Amino acid sequence: MYPHIDHLKDKPILDAHQVFVRYSARVALENVTFHLHVGERVAVVGPNGAGKSTLFKVIAGVIQPNSGEVTISGSRPLNHSCIAYIPQRSQVDWNFPVSVSDVVMMGRSAKLGPLKSPKKSDWDFVNHALEVVELSTLSKRQIGQLSGGQQQRMFIARALAQEAELMLMDEPLTGLDTPSQEGLLNVLNKLREDKVTVMVATHDLDQAARHFDRIMLLNHRIVALGNAAEVLRSDILLQAYGARLRPLEGHEGLLTIDDTCCDEGQHF
Amino acid sequence: MTFLLEPLQYEFMQRGMIAAVLVGIVCAIVGTYVVLRGMAFFGDALAHTILPGIALGYLFTGGARETLFWWALGTSIIAALGIGAISKQAQVKEDTAIGIIFAGMFALGIALISTVRSYAVDLSHFLFGDILGVSVQSLWLIVIFGGIVLLIIAAFYKEFLILSFDPILATTLRMPVNLLNNVLLTLIAVTVAVSLQTVGVALMVAMLVTPAATAYLLTQRLPMMMTLAAIFAAFSGIVGLYLSYYLSIASGAAIVLIATALFMIAFAVKKITAR
Repeated sequence: MYPHIDHLKDKPILDAHQVFVRYSARVALENVTFHLHVGERVAVVGPNGAGKSTLFKVIAGVIQPNSGEVTISGSRPLNHSCIAYIPQRSQVDWNFPVSVSDVVMMGRSAKLGPLKSPKKSDWDFVNHALEVVELSTLSKRQIGQLSGGQQQRMFIARALAQEAELMLMDEPLTGLDTPSQEGLLNVLNKLREDKVTVMVATHDLDQAARHFDRIMLLNHRIVALGNAAEVLRSDILLQAYGARLRPLEGHEGLLTIDDTCCDEGQHF
Repeated sequence: MTFLLEPLQYEFMQRGMIAAVLVGIVCAIVGTYVVLRGMAFFGDALAHTILPGIALGYLFTGGARETLFWWALGTSIIAALGIGAISKQAQVKEDTAIGIIFAGMFALGIALISTVRSYAVDLSHFLFGDILGVSVQSLWLIVIFGGIVLLIIAAFYKEFLILSFDPILATTLRMPVNLLNNVLLTLIAVTVAVSLQTVGVALMVAMLVTPAATAYLLTQRLPMMMTLAAIFAAFSGIVGLYLSYYLSIASGAAIVLIATALFMIAFAVKKITAR
C-alpha cells in the first residue's frame, strides 16, 4: 500500500507518449503526446466530450490507456502518490458526513501509511494547508456548507496535504462567480513558489490566456499546445470547435464559443 | 421495575437481549458504510441470496443453529464477492443483475427447504429470525465474528473513509482499491451471517440501513454517525424485545419496528428544526 518511487530529476514531471484511449467503439484520446516541466501550469481547453477528464484520469493512473505510455518523473503513474486529481464539483457527495479538515487529512493518508492514525505533525500539515487556501476559520464545517469556491480551495488544501507535485483540476472554475474564480486563481499562483505543476481543464479561454503558461487545445487529439498567442487563433480554434465557433458580429477578431458550460448531468 | 425485570428472569430473554445489542451494534457500524455508499439494495439482496446455502445446511445437518451459522457465513461471503464481481460487468445494469440473482437464489432456497415436510416453522425462522432461540454457543459466534468485523473497520478506518468518499483519491494515493472493496463486501457478508438468527434474511436490510440512516439525519461527522447508529440499534434491540414479550409479537419484527419509529422521529425532528 502507498508506494513511492524517487523522482528522476532530469526527467519531465509528466511525459505522455502516443496515448490512445477507446471506450468500446468511441475514441476518447488519440495519439496524445506532450510533456510538462516541473512548475509549469497548463490550461486544457476544448469542446465538451473532447477527452479532458479522460486525459487527467490517464495521467493520474485511474484509467489505463489502450496503447501509449504516461510517465511521471521517469516512471509509471501507479508508482506515484504525488498526483492529485481534483474532481468536478458535481462528482462529489457534498452530504458526506465529513468536515473540511477531515477531507484535507485524507490527503495525508499516503504519508501516514496503513494502520496509522494522524499525529500532531500531520494536523500541523493540514492546518498549514488550510491557511494557504484561506480556509482556517472554516475547518470544522461540514463540507456541504462551503461555497463553490471554498470547496475547490479545500481540495487544493487536500492536494497540499498529499504533498502533490502534479495537480490535475477538472473544471474548477465552472459554476463559480468572478470573485470566487479570482480567489481560486490567486491560490494557484501561490503554488508557483512550491514548484507544483498544475493542469486545469477549463472552458474559459480568456482566463486560460491570462493565468497559464501554456494552453493545450484538446479535441481527442492535441490540436495545439503553446502560449496564448500561438493557440488562441481563429483558424486553430475552428479546428477544435468546428461549427460551435462563430465570429462575433462587429468585433474584429473576436470569437464566441457556443459551448461554455456543463456536461450532461451537472447541476449547479 | 418489575416491568423491566420480569422478562429477564428467563435465560432465553437474557441471551436474546445480549444478541440483539451485539448484532445491532455490528450491523449499525457496518451499515454506516452501506448507507453512505448507497448499498442498501446490495445488502438486501445479499441477505436473501444466502437462503439456498442455509437450506443445504438444513438438509444435510438437520438444522442445528450453530452449524447453520457456518453454512450462512460461507454462502454469504461467496455471494458478496460474486455479486461484487457481477456488478462490474456492463452487460445489464447493476441493479437488474443483482435483482435477477437474488430473486433466483431466494426461490432456490425456498424450493430446497420446502422438500422437508415440516418446513413452515423452520422457514419462518430463517426469514424472520429466532432471537429467543439463541444458544450460548451462538452468542460466542456473534461475539467473535462481530468483534473481528469491528476490529477490521477500526484498523482500516481512514482507508474505508477515503474509498467511500472519493475512490479516485484512493487510486491516486495508490491504495489497493479492489482489495479494500472486497474486504468491505466480506465484512458486510460476515455481518449478515452473524445477524441471521436475530432478524432473519427478510428483515436484515433494516438492521443494516435504518439505524445508520437515522444517525445520518442527526450528525455531520462519521465517528458520531457510527456511535449514534450503534446506540439506536442497541436501543431498538432492547425495546423491541420488551415489546415482543409484552405484546406477543414476533421479536425480529418488533426490533425493526422500533428502529423504524426512531427513524421517523429523527426525520420529523429534522424537518421541524430545519424550518
